[in-house]
Amino acid sequence: MRRLAMALAFIVIVYGAKPATAERLVVSLSNHRVAVTSNFVGEELVLFGTIEPEPIASPLRPPYDLVVTVTGPRQTLRVRRKQRMLGIWVNIDSREFVRVPSYLAVLSNRPVNDIANQDTLRRLQVGLDNFLLPQRIGSDVADTVRDDPFRLSFVRLQTQQGLYRESATAVTFLTSTVFRAAIPMPAAVPTGSYGIEVELFTRGALVARTNSALDVIKTGFEQYVADAARDYGLLYGMATAMMALLIGWFASIIFARD
Amino acid sequence: MQIYLPIADLPVNVFLVLGMGLAVGYISGMFGIGGGFLMTPLLIFIGITPAVAVATVSSHIAASSFTGALSYWRKRALDVALGMMLLSSGIVGTATGVWLFTELRALDQLDLMIGLSYVTLLTVVGAMMIYESVRAIMRARHGMPATLRRPGSHTWFHGLPFKLRFKRSKIYVSAIPVWAIGFVIGFVGAIMGIGGGFLLVPMLIYFLRVPTATVIGTSMVLTLVTMASATVMHAATNHLVDAVLALILMVGGVIGAQFGARTGQKMRGERLRLLLGLLVFAVGCRFAYELVVKPDDLYSLRYVRSG
Repeated sequence: MRRLAMALAFIVIVYGAKPATAERLVVSLSNHRVAVTSNFVGEELVLFGTIEPEPIASPLRPPYDLVVTVTGPRQTLRVRRKQRMLGIWVNIDSREFVRVPSYLAVLSNRPVNDIANQDTLRRLQVGLDNFLLPQRIGSDVADTVRDDPFRLSFVRLQTQQGLYRESATAVTFLTSTVFRAAIPMPAAVPTGSYGIEVELFTRGALVARTNSALDVIKTGFEQYVADAARDYGLLYGMATAMMALLIGWFASIIFARD
Repeated sequence: MQIYLPIADLPVNVFLVLGMGLAVGYISGMFGIGGGFLMTPLLIFIGITPAVAVATVSSHIAASSFTGALSYWRKRALDVALGMMLLSSGIVGTATGVWLFTELRALDQLDLMIGLSYVTLLTVVGAMMIYESVRAIMRARHGMPATLRRPGSHTWFHGLPFKLRFKRSKIYVSAIPVWAIGFVIGFVGAIMGIGGGFLLVPMLIYFLRVPTATVIGTSMVLTLVTMASATVMHAATNHLVDAVLALILMVGGVIGAQFGARTGQKMRGERLRLLLGLLVFAVGCRFAYELVVKPDDLYSLRYVRSG
């Protein structure tokens, strides 16, 4: 009897516990700093990673699914809706989206809806539909149903600018355990700190996760101008006005000759 | 060649913006105006937000009007006393305009306000200019001399107190209409991102009977100072002036203006006014169309704050 129990326990340890302890993710980003310079027109970062320890090749091993969620610095934005009033189109209604990511990319190896069921996706906030986008409604701050017109328009407008995206082809498995994710950074990418969340799924369940980070910074002249405009508004304005006068004066000298 | 604009926060093609500066500069040189009413809509069209466009164009107009004012100064075609008088109220008007601009931006109605002001101002002024210049052309056809300045014809303006004599312009008028005109130009300029030259010149001619010899030079002095101060005020309060964008526009603008001025000198005065009237009216109609026709996208996004 005792032998049988021990044998059963052994079987449980070997076959039952193994999948839960198995995988670990190791990732590396091609560049942790994106510099926005005067000729910045966008960039693509590459995230490489492996799933460790390498499991023994077995026909029973389930296929892996990988989701990379990149979130930019938080911003509060307002979505406005135009309505016809007295014959003209006026912004009547508006809704504030409180502390939402300025950049949000959900990259995966296949559509997120095929990777796990709705409850899991919702709980883990995987996918644009499931990411928490709190709105201020009256005195409340809460996310709405996903087909709320303001939420849909918000995601659509951000997607049009290339700031929000969901791509089911951005993650590719180079071997069964080595993967590569392409993170697109559009030209209008906001500056600040970005978080990268990497989640590994098997048979619809989360088995491992890790995270990484990157910074988008304005450098050189751009940073200098933007800082000056924000911190020394009056001096900056005077300098710009002086520049205008100088250019006007130069032009009158150059063209007065002939 | 793309360049990233630090305040507008988007990349633009340098040659496109330079070309816009040249084209608007050409028109402004031809008609003796700042060209802000053309430049601001063009910037909005290439994706720059109305607020940044309005604030940045003010510095561009300051540059082009300074070039103009200098050349009129050399020709002694500039009434400094009248200019200073207009200025004293012009600055107050600009400050009021910048204040209202900030308030409207907070209320989310700035774009509408800019649109509405463009429609009313440009269609009305454009229609008036077309009417006036067509009549002048008809008169000239029938062999009658075009008389803009009718000596001795007094309006109720001339009965107002605080009379002042402006020697170079040879006029004797009350300070009240002068102040009022200065205020209106400064106010409208700050709200709409226009220098107001196309408004100020007819106002000075019709209301104050300023002779054509000094009117453009004097209007340029006013435009210069209101726009330079609007630049400083917009930068200090709203932080919306994009110096890189302004620089590209200015360089294009001052070069274009030189060629425009040469074309303008070859044309008859009333023809020139008719052309300008048509242009102003067309821009006004374009804005009206935008307000009346159902927009492609009813929703728009606005940045509130970070965090």
